[in-house]
Amino acid sequence: MMVEMLWKLFEITIIISLLIPIAAMLVWVERRMIGIWQDRCGPNRVGPFGILQSLADLLKILGKEDWIPPFSDRLVFVLAPVIGAMCVLMSFAVVPFSPSIGVSDLNIGLLFFLAMASLAVYSVVLAGWASNSKYALLGGMRAAAQTVSYEVFMGLSVMGVVLLTGTFNLREIVLAQADGWLIQSQFVGFFIFLVAGIAESHRLPFDLPEAETELTAGFHTEYSGLKFALFFLGEYLGVTLISAMSVVLFFGGWLMPEPLASWLPPLLWFIIKIMFFVMFFILLRTSLPRPRFDQLLKFGWVVMLPLALLNLLVTAVLRLTGVL
Amino acid sequence: MATQVNMKASNDWQMLQAVPLLDEILALSPKLKLQPVSAVENIVDDIPSYWLEKKQLIRLMQVLKQELAQPFDMCFDITAIDESEREHPSLFSQAFTVSYHLRSYQRNQDIRIKVALNPTDKSLESVCSLWQNANWYEREVWDMFGIVFENHPHLTRILMPETWKGHPLLKTHPARATEMDPFTLPPYQQDKEQAALQFNPEAWGMKRQSKDSDFMFLNLGPNHPSVHGAFRIVLQMEGEEIVDCVPDIGYHHRGAEKMGERQSWHSYIPYTDRIDYLGGVMNNFPYVMAVEKLAGITVPDRAKVIRIMTAEMFRILSHLLFYGTFAQDLGALSPIFYMFIDREKLFGIIEAFTGARMHPSWFRIGGVAQDLPKGWEGLVREYVNYLPKRLDEYEKMVMQNSILKQRTVGIGAYSTQEAIDWGVTGPGLRATGLSWDLRKQRPYGGYDQFDFEVPLGQNGDCYDRCRVRIEEMRQSIRIIEQCLNNMPEGPYKAEHPQTTPPLKDRTMRDIDTLIPHFLNVSWGPVIPVGEVSISVEATKGIMAYHLISDGSTMSYRTRIRTPSFPHLQMLPLISKGQMVADLIATLGSVDYVMADVDR
Repeated sequence: MMVEMLWKLFEITIIISLLIPIAAMLVWVERRMIGIWQDRCGPNRVGPFGILQSLADLLKILGKEDWIPPFSDRLVFVLAPVIGAMCVLMSFAVVPFSPSIGVSDLNIGLLFFLAMASLAVYSVVLAGWASNSKYALLGGMRAAAQTVSYEVFMGLSVMGVVLLTGTFNLREIVLAQADGWLIQSQFVGFFIFLVAGIAESHRLPFDLPEAETELTAGFHTEYSGLKFALFFLGEYLGVTLISAMSVVLFFGGWLMPEPLASWLPPLLWFIIKIMFFVMFFILLRTSLPRPRFDQLLKFGWVVMLPLALLNLLVTAVLRLTGVL
Repeated sequence: MATQVNMKASNDWQMLQAVPLLDEILALSPKLKLQPVSAVENIVDDIPSYWLEKKQLIRLMQVLKQELAQPFDMCFDITAIDESEREHPSLFSQAFTVSYHLRSYQRNQDIRIKVALNPTDKSLESVCSLWQNANWYEREVWDMFGIVFENHPHLTRILMPETWKGHPLLKTHPARATEMDPFTLPPYQQDKEQAALQFNPEAWGMKRQSKDSDFMFLNLGPNHPSVHGAFRIVLQMEGEEIVDCVPDIGYHHRGAEKMGERQSWHSYIPYTDRIDYLGGVMNNFPYVMAVEKLAGITVPDRAKVIRIMTAEMFRILSHLLFYGTFAQDLGALSPIFYMFIDREKLFGIIEAFTGARMHPSWFRIGGVAQDLPKGWEGLVREYVNYLPKRLDEYEKMVMQNSILKQRTVGIGAYSTQEAIDWGVTGPGLRATGLSWDLRKQRPYGGYDQFDFEVPLGQNGDCYDRCRVRIEEMRQSIRIIEQCLNNMPEGPYKAEHPQTTPPLKDRTMRDIDTLIPHFLNVSWGPVIPVGEVSISVEATKGIMAYHLISDGSTMSYRTRIRTPSFPHLQMLPLISKGQMVADLIATLGSVDYVMADVDR
């Protein structure tokens, strides 16, 4: 028992201590990739290919004054970024990385992920409110409205997966895809999940809460130093999380068809699939403009929600009639 | 004053030929006493100009705006002149002159009305009720000269800070830092300045709350990623919807007009580059043409074509920057980087021509600074073939993107009539469907020799404003191609003693050219007494230089009418009822440069 617990703790430590540097590296990857796609170099000075850029940024951020605006609500102001990063990290607990790696085999893993995603909005709303600044407030408001609307059909979009696999346990969902990935039957669900996921992680084209050209920096306008870094980290962890969830739910997790599966260990396949989605996120950022706030909400309620319901209905009917 | 003595003693003012316009006006209101300008003023542009008594001003303006069959519907410019140090005053002038420059689109004609004011009664009736955009012009005149406009809705400082004392364009105000005490900003003064920047809604007739909610007053700028410079706009908002707004300008004011009074005619050219700082030589264009008109210099053909070619290059440079930042304001991050590559290539050509990039100051009185370099054709030919393909790509990337269309189609729209009422010119006017391009309507500098079209929009919304500019780039390419294929041989500078710097061919051989050369280089040319206003279709709209020479090495008054100034004034009209994101799209589509607004 004791050994088991220690082993779990060790596993958690390893995962967290890998996840955070990976998220930091993502910042560099994103900047380099965007650089390439925009016909320029991107950060290429620190270390080989600029690979140490994030480290340099981290050192710079550590050296910054830990400033809390005098007009802000101190406690909440400090708490907000912590909540954000915490929620995302907690979600990783239920992600099955490979047949043997994964913190928890919670049998309501999927619900846990959705719950954590909902909690994460508190971070943004509280940040906007505690900053006591108008731009931050507008950003927080946008974030609240956006997350609440997109969450609804994010939950609905994955119910098709649950219907087909009959479980909320993410590991079992992966194993259920041994015969074929769920994307084959759930591509609509996948599309909706991805759109909602982008919105949840506030990435272009759904970056309205922090829309730079409109709200300077939105909810984190007043943040600097380490607390800003936490928001930043949270965003990139969020990107990784949504990518990981897409892979787990729709692309068979670590599973690959033979003979590909035997070429690389399952964990690597999982990471490769995640990277594919991360790249997709980055490519989106370089190529799309940003819709207006009301257009975004309208798109959510008028297009995505009915689509998610329809997807659920059709899946259920097909399931009942035994087609799927 | 000498002027008044002269007025009684002589009647040598030139009676201009009775023009039909004057008859038309007098038929409607026979009591108006419009005096044609006197010969000493030597107005060399083709704008009919009249002096008018102060008390008849409103009556005349009513006739011009409302009663004439083809009215003067656009208030092009209102400015003033401090006449106190004038050596060659007009017969009618007193201490101050207020000059109204009006335009009729239907007649394709301008008119200039001058009103003399004496120093004891520096006030005039406001014409804001007739032309909406007169509002800011009158505020500027008050700010710069202390002339009061009665019944003006909000006569406060516009370019100078609220706390500022004095009126900078008065001749009594020093023009150089060395004539003043050093500037200091002690803490108590700083507090005062900051307090003065606090927005007070009541001063603008705004309410702090509606029936069931408090309004939020959001300070957008002077430092904000999307205001493109130091521009502040205070929004009165209900949620994210804009109820009203107040644009606040003047953060980029450098006193360019005042500098014109202390720089030689020649050495002022670099200052013009920095007015619309994206327009480069486009700014030199109206200025040197105005000086040439005063001096009576005819520019050789080669210089004309070189000028048109480089000016069109700068139109492309400016529009490309607009295109990229417009997309960026809407959240598309990539296009601007691709467009900067295109700009970079074109800057390479500009650099090969002039040695400089954004601000070449390359036009000279009487021509251009240098002849084109060897091999210029190859550079330009390559670019002319290169850019249209890139524009096709951007078309797919930006203009056909459905999110971008949703954000811009029908957003920030105004009608042709509104555009005219508010003094909008350039692409912003043509986007509403009115075909008015100065290069076509009143060809200047040789544009009549070129074959190009005037692109038009239909709805006057953000999308159309962008569309018009894209097509203008294609037309500019056409013009540049024609320059390339038909570049005339010959000198790049006029053979005229006042060409600056003068040609040196004979200076080392005969004393009669050596002396003028020496004087022109050391003092700068002496431009004959006169007044002129020359406009060009600049990158952002119509830019005009109104120069008054008192027969000296420096200008007596340099008035710069810039397109961006009225464009920003119109913002409250367009932005009412918009969301913040729409306002950002609108700001991007207006394409202003704060240096162009504040001068």
